[in-house]
Amino acid sequence: MALVSVPPFESFYEENQDAVLRELRRLLGRDAEDAYQETFLRALRAYGRLKNADNLRAWVLTIARRVAADHYRRREAKPEPAEPKRDSRPAYAELGELADELPRKERAAVVLRYGYDLSYAAIGAALGSSEDAARQAASSGIRRLRRSMR
Amino acid sequence: MTVSPTLDKRFREAAAAAGLLDVAYDLAETPVGTLLVATTDRGLCRISYDPQPERDAESLAQTFGVRVLRAAKPIDPVRRQLDEYFDGSRTTFELPLDLRVTGFNREVLKRLARVPYGQLTTYGTLAAEAHRPKAARAVGVVMNRNPIPIVLPCHRVVGASGSLVGYAGGLDRKEQLLTLEGALQPKLDV
Repeated sequence: MALVSVPPFESFYEENQDAVLRELRRLLGRDAEDAYQETFLRALRAYGRLKNADNLRAWVLTIARRVAADHYRRREAKPEPAEPKRDSRPAYAELGELADELPRKERAAVVLRYGYDLSYAAIGAALGSSEDAARQAASSGIRRLRRSMR
Repeated sequence: MTVSPTLDKRFREAAAAAGLLDVAYDLAETPVGTLLVATTDRGLCRISYDPQPERDAESLAQTFGVRVLRAAKPIDPVRRQLDEYFDGSRTTFELPLDLRVTGFNREVLKRLARVPYGQLTTYGTLAAEAHRPKAARAVGVVMNRNPIPIVLPCHRVVGASGSLVGYAGGLDRKEQLLTLEGALQPKLDV
């Protein structure tokens, strides 16, 4: 009879299954169940070579985190097709369309501030008005946009 | 948060299907009670009466390796043949066995495997067949430690006088099995 220092896999599995699922849910949400099976299969592959039973909980949680990291990498490499296409137009173009209905001065202030990221001083200069007037035009434009989008 | 039975089962089946287990075991309900049945990739390796899964898993790990897991599927062929045996439609088991015993024990168990359904033999006869005619008592010890009762039919071994002598699973079960096989007359309950 061999002297065995680690418990039968069954006891190890029963003692750690809830903790592993909890950790995977925290890291992966709805993908946790696939990762659960993968974590314990990896643990099982290595289990026969374990030399001692110190910290089996920490050991299996490390495996779970590695499996979760692999899932993240796979998710990034292959974005889900269901995801809506990202709008690749620059911010000012999108904003220009949205702001089309605004009075001319407000529209210019909103687009220059939020689309081109200009300072109010620069916007005032471009519109031939003061910094304060530019700020006011931008903020009343934004308010009007909000109302129209409700 | 607990693991759902479906998720749990899926892992157990996957582990067995991937060939990662040293031993798979499960419980089987039979007319002689709940049995613990265990197999390795070589064959049936254990049948235990009155299972205590924790203790049994420990003992399986000692003999066959620590990757011991409860899984239903690998046990199915054994379960099926046991069902057939208990309903009387099967008189021989056709199952590969994984016996990790050597020497005299092995000789005796090999001879035991050939004792036919419904027939009795004695400790002394088996001892003689294993070339140690004076070792009837030692044969008794081998029977007592039989790792695969029912399939290796130690219930068919009785004393020279015809008395049942003993059985690791209890004499009631020995009687029950021999009655099923027609080797003993059914007892009438009054």
